[in-house]
Amino acid sequence: MAKSKKDSVKRRDFLKGSAAGVAALVAGTGVAAAGEPAPRPPAAPPPMSKEAETGNPAAVEVLTTDRPGADFMVDIIKSLGIEYIAANPGSSYRGLHESVINYGGNKAPEFITCCHEESAVGMAHGYSKIEGKPLGVFLHGTVGLQHATMAIYNAFCDRVPVYMIMGNMVDATMRRPGVEWVHSAQDPAATVRDLVKWDDQPPSLPHFAESAVRAYKVAMTPPMEPVLLVADSELQERPVAENSGLRVPKLTLATPPQGDSGSVAEAARLLVAAEHPVIITDRVARTPAGMALLIELAEALQAPVVDQGGRMNFPSRHPLNQSGRSDALVREADVILGLEVTDFWGTVNSFREQLHRSSAPIANPKAKLISITANDLYLKNNYQDFQRYTEVDLAMAADAEATLPSLIEAVKHLLTDDRKRALQDRGAKLAAAQQKALEQARTDATYAWDASPVSTARLCAELWAQIKDKDWSLVSDVTPWVSNWPRRLWAFDKHYQFIGGAGGHGIGYGAPAAVGAALANRKYGRLSVNIQCDGDLMYAPGILWTSAHNGIPLLSIMHNNRGYHQELMHVQRMADRHNRGITRANIGTTLIGPNIDYARLAQSMGLHAEGPITDPKDLGPAIRRAIEAVERGEPALVDVVTQPR
Amino acid sequence: MKIRTLSKTGRFAALVAAAALLMFARQQAHAQNAAKTQPVETPAAANAENGKRLYTSYGCYECHGREGQGSPVSGARLAPRPIELRYFIAYVRQPSGQMPPYTAKVVSDAELADIRAFLNTVPQPPPAKSIPLLN
Repeated sequence: MAKSKKDSVKRRDFLKGSAAGVAALVAGTGVAAAGEPAPRPPAAPPPMSKEAETGNPAAVEVLTTDRPGADFMVDIIKSLGIEYIAANPGSSYRGLHESVINYGGNKAPEFITCCHEESAVGMAHGYSKIEGKPLGVFLHGTVGLQHATMAIYNAFCDRVPVYMIMGNMVDATMRRPGVEWVHSAQDPAATVRDLVKWDDQPPSLPHFAESAVRAYKVAMTPPMEPVLLVADSELQERPVAENSGLRVPKLTLATPPQGDSGSVAEAARLLVAAEHPVIITDRVARTPAGMALLIELAEALQAPVVDQGGRMNFPSRHPLNQSGRSDALVREADVILGLEVTDFWGTVNSFREQLHRSSAPIANPKAKLISITANDLYLKNNYQDFQRYTEVDLAMAADAEATLPSLIEAVKHLLTDDRKRALQDRGAKLAAAQQKALEQARTDATYAWDASPVSTARLCAELWAQIKDKDWSLVSDVTPWVSNWPRRLWAFDKHYQFIGGAGGHGIGYGAPAAVGAALANRKYGRLSVNIQCDGDLMYAPGILWTSAHNGIPLLSIMHNNRGYHQELMHVQRMADRHNRGITRANIGTTLIGPNIDYARLAQSMGLHAEGPITDPKDLGPAIRRAIEAVERGEPALVDVVTQPR
Repeated sequence: MKIRTLSKTGRFAALVAAAALLMFARQQAHAQNAAKTQPVETPAAANAENGKRLYTSYGCYECHGREGQGSPVSGARLAPRPIELRYFIAYVRQPSGQMPPYTAKVVSDAELADIRAFLNTVPQPPPAKSIPLLN
């Protein structure tokens, strides 16, 4: 941002020649109230001149400070255990920026340079999926927040905590004329208030301290969501009086809400008595413990699990994993247990998208529906991420993972030996169905096996062959875009091996989320693997530079179908429906002419990169070479021209 | 910034897999029913080369893959061994599932015959057991 020298002078606090004034600021004689920054001088400074710069000053002007307010803000951030700050630089938080890298030593948090605020928040989203806690994000006033908005929406819809601090010059009389005004707002968080769980604009450092700790607590209480603090630029930059009495408040996270004992007992009674129960899961396993608990519940009941994949909930090859048979299982079910299911209605109903849209129930009308979700504790008006209202028989407004231990205990308490034997028979049939589904997936993968462009089945099989014996983590959710091959062919059995989806389906999430998740995986030495859609990468490809600059090892395999293929199909549907122009759906939906050379794009930003690969025989060796680079600690990209889905 | 709303695609694709399989079964059943009342003659000389061109330009590949291999998230498998032409045409005209309809205004029966002829040229894939990567 352009700044004149005159502006810079006006910008800084200082005291005119009064010795008393100097004493008040430097020695902290009590002019400033406890916890407050020192007061500003009442008058404006004289203009800079040659005389002023070279002559003997008539008074001592204090132009520096060793203790700006931002240092204390960094103390707070450090106390929260935030490892990184992802950000694109912006002058409204320059005080905080400088305090992080100098006062804080650029360590815990470490500043991660991003080329776009959407990338910064996307990184935070992916990081949290692996690490289970927020990454910090700094945002520039007004413009930076607006750049970040789409990524915040994704995190909001996906129930992911992101800890954001933005700069804002609150006091209009202190703003530099010009740019600083358009980067300031009366209520800056209003832009995203629909998308964050809580926000505040503290006017003092003690208030900032309490709100900063409160924000972390709010973000981490299910349903987890992004939070936003507005850090007044003056508050960041004004000196703190020595006797300010500032302190870091204690953080105590709230225990997640659990289902009440009566409802848990009733749910257990229904599940144990059911002949055809089915467990539907979406965003259940917030932690590895959640996955273990879900396995325990399913095995106790020998009940099928349909994993909708909002989180890594259930091992893909567990005999009770029946994710490919959702409709069949729902149709025959007498009890349906939904655990943090976002779209329960869409799970128990079918929807036909023709000129006249229609729907029909799938579930047996006599089936009992049980819902356990923290979403019942939190609903906003505007954005419609809450999906259609579902008529359930038992609704627990509670965190499902936190409720699972008591539900498992209640289920086990009701299981007699006779009932356990009956359930084992059910389990054996489900295991056979699971094995049959795996064999069917392998057969399905053979179709177009040698095709060019490369089939998505071939791509996923080639990739799996290279990573299956390593400690891998799939840090992208492209499974629908590649016909769900990873979930059908790969063996997922660890919580960090899958991070779920974007939440809001805002394209541009994939690449930064993968880099953020890879950043979290780095300290564990995991091989982070990203199947990267071309349209997604083109929103903000600068994230490739961020991965190279910060030494974030990540293997990205391009699913390059050269277009916004979902939209291509939508436009095709309209042309077909309207009986015209069925050869023109590519207009506005494809990325051809010229074809984008993703390998060269990545190479220009410091990555090992190869491609475009069109012959499937070339894919395996290219992936091997890329993995060698990743295992040296570098990001690498292989561009593969692929079938549409 | 553009935010895309994608019908159903945000849900886990495994859900769609079963629906797609079901849809394919429904397609065939419906096509057979339609064909009983509206029999269609097979053109004597369908042109597979032209069919391949139309399969791409008319957008069939978008949901069914460039070799008709299908996808559980977008469209049923069409090849190899496509269904009989009369069923094929009947379903394309009046799909009972999610597939958008292609009327005679935009694609003729002869063109559909060419497209089917192309699908009929797609070879049978090797068995999964013969592919090391799938075992």
